[in-house]
Amino acid sequence: MSIFDGLKFRKVYSPIHNLDPRIKFIYVIVIFVAALLLGSILPLLALFFLQVPFVLLARVHRQWLRSLRGALFLALFILSTNVLVKWASAGYVFLIGDLESSVAMTLRFVVLVESFSVFFLTTSPDMLGLALEQSHVPYEFSFAFTTAVRFVPVLAEEAQTIMDAQKARGLEMEKGGFMKRIRNYVPVLIPLIVSAIRRSLELAEAMESRAWGAAKKRTNLYALTLHRGDFAMLAISVIVLVLAIYIYLFIPVPLVSSLF
Amino acid sequence: MILVEGVSFKYPSGVEALKGVSLTVKDGEFIAIMGQNGAGKTTLVKHFNGLLKPSSGTIRVDGVETTKTTIASLSKTVGFVFQNPDHQLFSETVEQEIAFALKNFGFEEAVVEKQITWALNLLSLEQYRKTSPFMLSGGERKRVALASVLAWDPQILILDEPTIGQDHEQKEKLRQFILQLQTQGKTVVIVTHDVEFVAECNPRVILMNEGKIVADGEGKEILTNTAALVESSIVLPQVAQIFKKLEPLGFPSNVIDIYEAKDLLLNAWEKQQR
Repeated sequence: MSIFDGLKFRKVYSPIHNLDPRIKFIYVIVIFVAALLLGSILPLLALFFLQVPFVLLARVHRQWLRSLRGALFLALFILSTNVLVKWASAGYVFLIGDLESSVAMTLRFVVLVESFSVFFLTTSPDMLGLALEQSHVPYEFSFAFTTAVRFVPVLAEEAQTIMDAQKARGLEMEKGGFMKRIRNYVPVLIPLIVSAIRRSLELAEAMESRAWGAAKKRTNLYALTLHRGDFAMLAISVIVLVLAIYIYLFIPVPLVSSLF
Repeated sequence: MILVEGVSFKYPSGVEALKGVSLTVKDGEFIAIMGQNGAGKTTLVKHFNGLLKPSSGTIRVDGVETTKTTIASLSKTVGFVFQNPDHQLFSETVEQEIAFALKNFGFEEAVVEKQITWALNLLSLEQYRKTSPFMLSGGERKRVALASVLAWDPQILILDEPTIGQDHEQKEKLRQFILQLQTQGKTVVIVTHDVEFVAECNPRVILMNEGKIVADGEGKEILTNTAALVESSIVLPQVAQIFKKLEPLGFPSNVIDIYEAKDLLLNAWEKQQR
């Protein structure tokens, strides 16, 4: 569950936290697109390290590292399946190029995780909702979205309690082969899903009894406006995007192994 | 027997939930751990079956240090019933729910079957054997959760907030049930806010506040100790409140039991009549 820690917002004041969420979202999408365009190690490494100054500036490196550690298992899974499949499809020969593209696939996943992590670590759910609303997303949708984000840490905590309760009944999560381990999650997932559904029904009733949706036109206490930092961030995003497209179209990226 | 020596515990978030707690839970004892939210009650009992390992200090269950064994093997001795039954129920039928732990512990099929029947009878759930636990009422779900732990007959039973969401009748049944376990020589530890329930049971009471034990002793003595109760934000049981007020008239002030209270008042009234 440590992967969720990397998505938990904590109130801190930093230049990154103060950026307009819409701009930050554009930045994340740009990183996303760039990571998909550039499928080799060198540019992906560059994308990876591009995030580090933002993480340090936002002072969320601890939580950010934790989310990366949480993604480790999935990353290793992606790496090993890629290597295996390529090894098998090459006629059971081990090619250095295949290894590099497998590493690149894994790196792509890590870049996606880290950029989303930075976004969620530095953007409060309220700001996110505000951003959606000001982008003319219907309030019902933006509310559903912010509620979902807000409940991630609650669910993570609940999952921990459920795991404890099942462990107290002799469930050993880390025991058995691969399939058994996956099945070990059933006694955790079912109560988690059931209680999430129950909670959402209760929440809906509680909200409706407090006249949710009564006002047709809503106003907000805060309005989002763009500042100097936002324009700088936007400029960085545009540069990254243009560069990524340029490299994708015109520059053949060399393999790391060919550099030595 | 559970031996807790100088146990401190810090959550990864940095919250220091236990600060040097020491206590001994003897075999066959009935203990209520009380204190306000965040006092460290649940954190403490989660150490008893190894769900949490102390940051410093040691915990021994029947001589075995909890850091040197698994939760599964500790749980065989220390049964832990969580506060919210919805955090553990997941099976299609009540029967399967109870079988879950028994299968995890590797009991044989015949024993599993026998223990299920025994546990269902114990908590009068026999008619729900094939029912989905999700179809049951809150109180019944709580009983299924309890049955699913009692099924393997642990020597030590920990109940986290067992009275929450229970009506008075259910509470009385629970009390009878705990007394029954007591006669079988089982150790029962409950974590609770419910001062009236504790007053009726009259167990050994441990008061906690901010990760420390504030008071530890006979229920009668602790639940009438105003200073200690105030420190851990617990109100006196109603009977004790009355007798505190009656103290100037010559009544004893350490009364928590309703029957003792009745006798004292009747005697005083009869004396007046004469």
